[in-house]
Amino acid sequence: MSRTDTTQEWPLWEVFVRPKAGLDHKHCGSLHAPDAAMALQLAREVYTRRQEGCSIWVVPSSQITASDPGDKDMYFDPMEDKVYRHPTFYVLPEAVDHM
Amino acid sequence: MTSTMTSPSTTATPPRPAVAAGLAAGVSGASRGPGRSVTLSGSREARWVLRLADTCLIHAQRLSEWCGHGPILEEDIALTNLSLDLLGQARALLSHAGQLDGQGLDEDQLAFLRDERDYFNLTLVEQPLRRSSAHAPGGDFADVQVRNLLLAVWLKLHWQALASSSDAELAAIAGKAVKEARYHVEHAAQWVVRLGDGTEESAARAKAALERAWPYTNELFVDDELDAHAAATGLGPQRSALREAWLAAVSAVLTEATLAVPAASKFVSTGSRGVHSEHMGFILAEMQHLQRAFPGGVW
Repeated sequence: MSRTDTTQEWPLWEVFVRPKAGLDHKHCGSLHAPDAAMALQLAREVYTRRQEGCSIWVVPSSQITASDPGDKDMYFDPMEDKVYRHPTFYVLPEAVDHM
Repeated sequence: MTSTMTSPSTTATPPRPAVAAGLAAGVSGASRGPGRSVTLSGSREARWVLRLADTCLIHAQRLSEWCGHGPILEEDIALTNLSLDLLGQARALLSHAGQLDGQGLDEDQLAFLRDERDYFNLTLVEQPLRRSSAHAPGGDFADVQVRNLLLAVWLKLHWQALASSSDAELAAIAGKAVKEARYHVEHAAQWVVRLGDGTEESAARAKAALERAWPYTNELFVDDELDAHAAATGLGPQRSALREAWLAAVSAVLTEATLAVPAASKFVSTGSRGVHSEHMGFILAEMQHLQRAFPGGVW
C-alpha cells in the first residue's frame, strides 16, 4: 500500500469526551477507525486512559461542517462592539445572587 | 546435595573432596541466597490462586511483546492497556498467593524467583505471540486477538464466579478484574469479527490463528484435585463447570465472524500442573534475568 493512497485508509473520527456527569462533551482529538464501534473502543484506549471521562461520542469527521477560517472577520468581528449582549447590566436581588 | 546423600548404595565411592565442597557451596547458596529460587509451601489454596495469577502474568508478558509493534497506533496502545490490566490482576493475585502460601513471599519473589515447574499458567499463554517459532509464524495480529478472546472469556467467567468466593480478598480482586475482563472480551470480539468476516486474507489468517490456539483450550476445562478442593471449600469454581458458558460465548463471536469452531482434539496441555512447553524457559529467562543478576533491584 502506498503511503499516499488515502483511499485505503480508515475514515477519520472526531472524539468528544464528557469529563463528568453534568458537564458537556468536549472535543479532545481524532483518530482513524474502520467503523463506529471500533472508533468508540479506540477512543476509550487513547483518550480516557487517565480517567478523563465518563462518556464518549465519536462522529465521522466527514459529517462535520465547519466554518471557513477565511470568514472569521465576517462571522465574528461584528460582535466586538456589542457589549450590551452580555447580561452584566443588571443588579440582581439578594435572593438570587448566586445565579 | 552430594551424591552420597542420594545414592541408595552404601558402597558408592564418595566424590573427590574438592568437587564435593564446591557442589555443596553452590547448592546451599542456590537454596538460600538473595536472587535464588524460592520454593512453595505446598498450600493448595496458594497453588490454586497461582494458576490464575500465572496465567494473567504470562499472558501479560506475551502481550507486552507487542508494545511498539501494533498495526496502528491506537491498537498498539490498546494492547499495552490490556497487558497492564492483566499485570495488575497478576500482582494482586500473586500478593494474595504469597499470603496463602504463608512463608512471607511477596509478589516480586513469586513473579521472578520461582523455577519453571513452580509456574502454573495455562500452556496457551506461553505460546509465542510476537516472535516466530516452529508452531506459530509470530507477529500475526490474528493470533493476538483470537487468543485474547479465548482467554478473556475464560477469565471473565472466573472473575464472575470468584465474586462469591469464600475468600473475601479473592472476591474483592475479582470484583475489580471483572470490569477489565468484560472490556477485554468486547475488544477482542470486535477484532475477531472484523478479521474473520473481513477480507479473504484476514479470514484465512483468523482461521489459521484459531486452529493454532484451539488444541490448547482443552486445558482450560480439565479439573484435578486442586480444582475439586477449591470447589469444595468455596474458594473458586471447578474449571469443567465453566466450559458450557465459555463455548456459548466464544461460539457466538465465531459465528458472527463466520469462523467455524475447530474440531476437538484429544491433546491436553499441562501448564497448570507445572509441566510446560519448550517456550516457557525462554519467557522466564527474559523475565527473571534482572532479578537473578541484581537481586532485589528496583527502580
